[in-house]
Amino acid sequence: MNLVGHYSYWMTILLMVAGLYIVVARSNLIKKLIGLGIFQTSVYLLYIAPGKLIGGTAPIVSEQFAVYSNPLPHVLILTAIVVGVATLALGLALVVRIHEEYGSIEEDAILEIDQHTAAVQGQDGQPS
Amino acid sequence: MTAQNLMLLAMSTPVLGALGVALTQRSPNLRETLSFIAAGIALVCVLLLVPEVYAGGRPEIVLFEILPGAALAFRLEPLGMLFALVAAVLWPVSTLYSIGYMRGNDESHQTRFFACFALAIACTLGIAFSANLLTLFLFYEVLTLITYPLVTHHQDEEARKAGRVYLGFLLGSSLSLMLIAIIATWMMAGTIEFTPGGVLGADISNAAIGGLLALFIFGIGKAAVMPFHRWLPAAMVAPTPVSALLHAVAVVKAGVFSVVKVVIYIFGVERIAGLSSVDWLPFVTGFTIIAASVVALRSDNLKRRLAYSTISQLSYVVLAAALLTPLSIIGAALHIVSHAVGKITLFFAAGAIYTAAHKTKVSELDGIAKRMPWTMAAFTVGTLSLIGIPPAAGFYSKWYIVLGAAEGEHWMALAVLAASTLLNAAYFLPIIYAAYFREPVDDGHEHAHGEAPWPMVAAMVITATGVLALFFGMEFPLALARQLVSL
Amino acid sequence: MILDHLPALQVVVPLLAAPLIVLLRSGRLGWLIATAVSWTGLVIAVLLFLRVQDAGTISYAMGSWAPPWGIEYRVDALSSYVLVLVSLLAAVVLPYARLSIAAEVPSDRHYLLYAMFALCLCGLLGITITGDAFNVFVFLEISSLSGYVLIALGRDRRALRSAFQYLIMGTIGATFYVIGVGLLYLMTGTLNLADMATRLGAVQEVRPVLAALAFITVGLSLKIALFPLHIWLPGAYAYAPSAVSAFMAGTVTKVSVYVLLRFMFGIFGVRLVLPGLPLLEILTLLSAVAMVVASLVALLERDLKRLLAYSSVAQIGYITLGLGLGNVDGMTASVVHLFNHGVTKTALFMLVGGIVLRTGSCQLDALAGLARRMPVTCFGVVLAGLSLIGVPGTAGFITKWHLVLSALQAGQWWIVVVIAASSLLAAAYVWRFVEIAYLRAAPTGAASREEAPLQLLVPAWLLVAACIYFGFDTSFSLAGARDAAVMLLEGMR
Repeated sequence: MNLVGHYSYWMTILLMVAGLYIVVARSNLIKKLIGLGIFQTSVYLLYIAPGKLIGGTAPIVSEQFAVYSNPLPHVLILTAIVVGVATLALGLALVVRIHEEYGSIEEDAILEIDQHTAAVQGQDGQPS
Repeated sequence: MTAQNLMLLAMSTPVLGALGVALTQRSPNLRETLSFIAAGIALVCVLLLVPEVYAGGRPEIVLFEILPGAALAFRLEPLGMLFALVAAVLWPVSTLYSIGYMRGNDESHQTRFFACFALAIACTLGIAFSANLLTLFLFYEVLTLITYPLVTHHQDEEARKAGRVYLGFLLGSSLSLMLIAIIATWMMAGTIEFTPGGVLGADISNAAIGGLLALFIFGIGKAAVMPFHRWLPAAMVAPTPVSALLHAVAVVKAGVFSVVKVVIYIFGVERIAGLSSVDWLPFVTGFTIIAASVVALRSDNLKRRLAYSTISQLSYVVLAAALLTPLSIIGAALHIVSHAVGKITLFFAAGAIYTAAHKTKVSELDGIAKRMPWTMAAFTVGTLSLIGIPPAAGFYSKWYIVLGAAEGEHWMALAVLAASTLLNAAYFLPIIYAAYFREPVDDGHEHAHGEAPWPMVAAMVITATGVLALFFGMEFPLALARQLVSL
Repeated sequence: MILDHLPALQVVVPLLAAPLIVLLRSGRLGWLIATAVSWTGLVIAVLLFLRVQDAGTISYAMGSWAPPWGIEYRVDALSSYVLVLVSLLAAVVLPYARLSIAAEVPSDRHYLLYAMFALCLCGLLGITITGDAFNVFVFLEISSLSGYVLIALGRDRRALRSAFQYLIMGTIGATFYVIGVGLLYLMTGTLNLADMATRLGAVQEVRPVLAALAFITVGLSLKIALFPLHIWLPGAYAYAPSAVSAFMAGTVTKVSVYVLLRFMFGIFGVRLVLPGLPLLEILTLLSAVAMVVASLVALLERDLKRLLAYSSVAQIGYITLGLGLGNVDGMTASVVHLFNHGVTKTALFMLVGGIVLRTGSCQLDALAGLARRMPVTCFGVVLAGLSLIGVPGTAGFITKWHLVLSALQAGQWWIVVVIAASSLLAAAYVWRFVEIAYLRAAPTGAASREEAPLQLLVPAWLLVAACIYFGFDTSFSLAGARDAAVMLLEGMR
């Protein structure tokens, strides 16, 4: 159990699990989005940490150096961060709209409101 | 006109007829005329095909491939010819009867009725002409679907329930068991073409053959082998012309036809004769014959009695096929024809009684022969055929089945046949006796009524005459049936 | 010249259309542009398909950077097949969408919807055509994010909740996928799919590879809505605008299945049969459960769109079942069902959209006697329903034939029973609609004959006719599927 040498992987796992837990266990929609963000961050770490090679230098070609750190994960993660930002923005926009429609951003409360509405609608046969 | 064109014309004429019927909804007389014209053309086409098949020809059409190795294809052979003749001859007669019934009872949705009727005939001819299991299965399923509107004609709660039972049993058996049987055949034999002598190679184990046969027999739910028979009495909720069509011409005959065709052309009579793994089939059909007859005996509703009689008679055909002797195969083919003509007469009579006297129960039929002489005469002729008494056609087919059983030394089958003949007499003869020799019961519900409308009577007379004519002209279907076993 | 760049154009055309539509701010123009783009996309997809049939796999280097360093667009038997499916469905749904969207979405949002539609189409086509693992993720998220927006535009406020739930689950799925790709990148050093396939054979360490496979499979299963990760699907399809349900039901999950096929068989191939991870068996089991349980739930549903959504979950089970069985017929069944179910389900959702347009409701109770008012629509539903059941003469039958054949060949009799049971359940829920529409009297005061407008009926019936047509003429659907299946399984050798 190489704790120190694999430090980045342990942090990755911790963040991943923490993020997933928040998504599943918290009913507040914004907290879910935060959990999602934490989860996605763990993935960034998973990619970037192995990119740094021991003894590797910045990825600029030069005759003095033989080992370079890998720039590709950084590129990939920049893309992934952009995707994450878009997702977060969209998620927050949805939360705003949900709050406008339901008056709440707690998932349990929203489910209850929906069930109540469905029961009322079922009684007078309104279309959905 | 080539045989191929005749076959295509025979199958497409009912479809065009259905279209014409749908378009002439506003003018009932024109609509009915179109039905007759279509029926007439189909009949002529089928009749014109007979000489070639009689002489040994097997006209073939391959349309296009659906799955690699299995095409939509037709090939006419003697059994299919017999079945097509039954359907083509009885369609105009049923149309005549239906006009009388539908108008006499002022039924609604007549256009839908006649259109679905025509389409059902088209499917029946497709089944009769099919060259492989895929084509047969296609038309078989479409037949189930197209008869659903006929069964649920009245669209009330009873019809809905009956429709569910009908579809549940037929689609259930075919989509699960029959489809698996077809695919298993494909896997084991590499082909699903109907081939004289069967397609099962010598390398297929006896257990596999037994299992495959079970899948087919129970999968072909239209043959009403118990326990997949419940759809038949459920379908009695439909108007009687539908029952006549279902129980004489289209649906049930498609079922037993498929069974016999599969036994002859997929399994091969000689290939499976004597195998222990197929021994169970005569017992299962024997049970169906007896059990259905017993239920018929105890049914007071006339149509229900006829329905269970049909279940019993269908298993005659399956039993005959199961006996796997040349004579019994001939008997099976002949019984498809004779039962069709006989049973349709009985159903015609039941419908006539309902239309004219509004009676549905056997116990209400006392003395009715005085008011409805033609109807009861036809009923009597039909009964003779079903019991198997000369000069009715049923005698010949039963005789061949008995001979076949004796030839194969199937004593149990002989016992079943004897017992069921007695049971047939037991549940039909009392009706005739009561109709002729009992005084009508005056319970205050009597009202003066005469015969049924003339189209219905005419149709009954035609089919009853047919029963008698077939007795005297039996060599003709016999010659066709003989070709099935001289392979 | 332009023909050389068809792979790029397939993605670029809808990609450019999206911001164009936003800039023009006109719903009508947006619809016109989106429709034109979808038809162009169909032409390109068909051309690509024909070229692949003649000349074999097309490899296109994006920006002329040579693979495996540059991103490669790779059109082979499987991807060209899926490209045709997606673009065909888009091309049929968009003409239909104008009236349907006009009735369901406020007019000031129309141009946004069409922009998102174009973006979603771009994403789906991109997933299919790209040959780079991370590029798949990018396009996956493009299509998913625009999909969330499309769903959220539904008029019922439950659409918002469903979109949010889909967002959470979909993002988790995509992130799992990325984790898997990351692990694969660490082990092989490449992101190019074809290159990964060759390099994976040389990798010694098994555990990261298995972990990668597990992450990718679970992540994609979330996108595919494989039981039990299907929770998002019923809400998303039921509350989205009808045209959106129609398009997404036929494409989104199918494209994710495509990616799973690529990874499982194209890349992992040999490694699948390693002990310690009975992936195919688990997949088979989950598929069987999906087929039965989802059909049962569909049977109990009172909302027609939710019924169709659960039916989709069951039908997706058919697709993954063929995958799990792993022989040629099973794979053929899976691939051909991508096509057959896509066509069938989109047709059904389009017809239901017409029903919603005319009656304002898709609750089964409100549809009594519908066949009197909308005979053509109801008959279309019956025919497409027959394809769901798998009656011969319909596309669904072709799939069922191959699934049963595949199960028999694998000796798995219990699967044959499951397939039969699922067909019967499908018959039961289709027949619920038939009984209510045909055999019940319409409520008093209901309008007389008021069929859906032609602009809705024609595209819908085009697909219904396709359901029947592809049950008879299987030269495209089945042959294409078989080629794809053979190509995938060759990766196993």
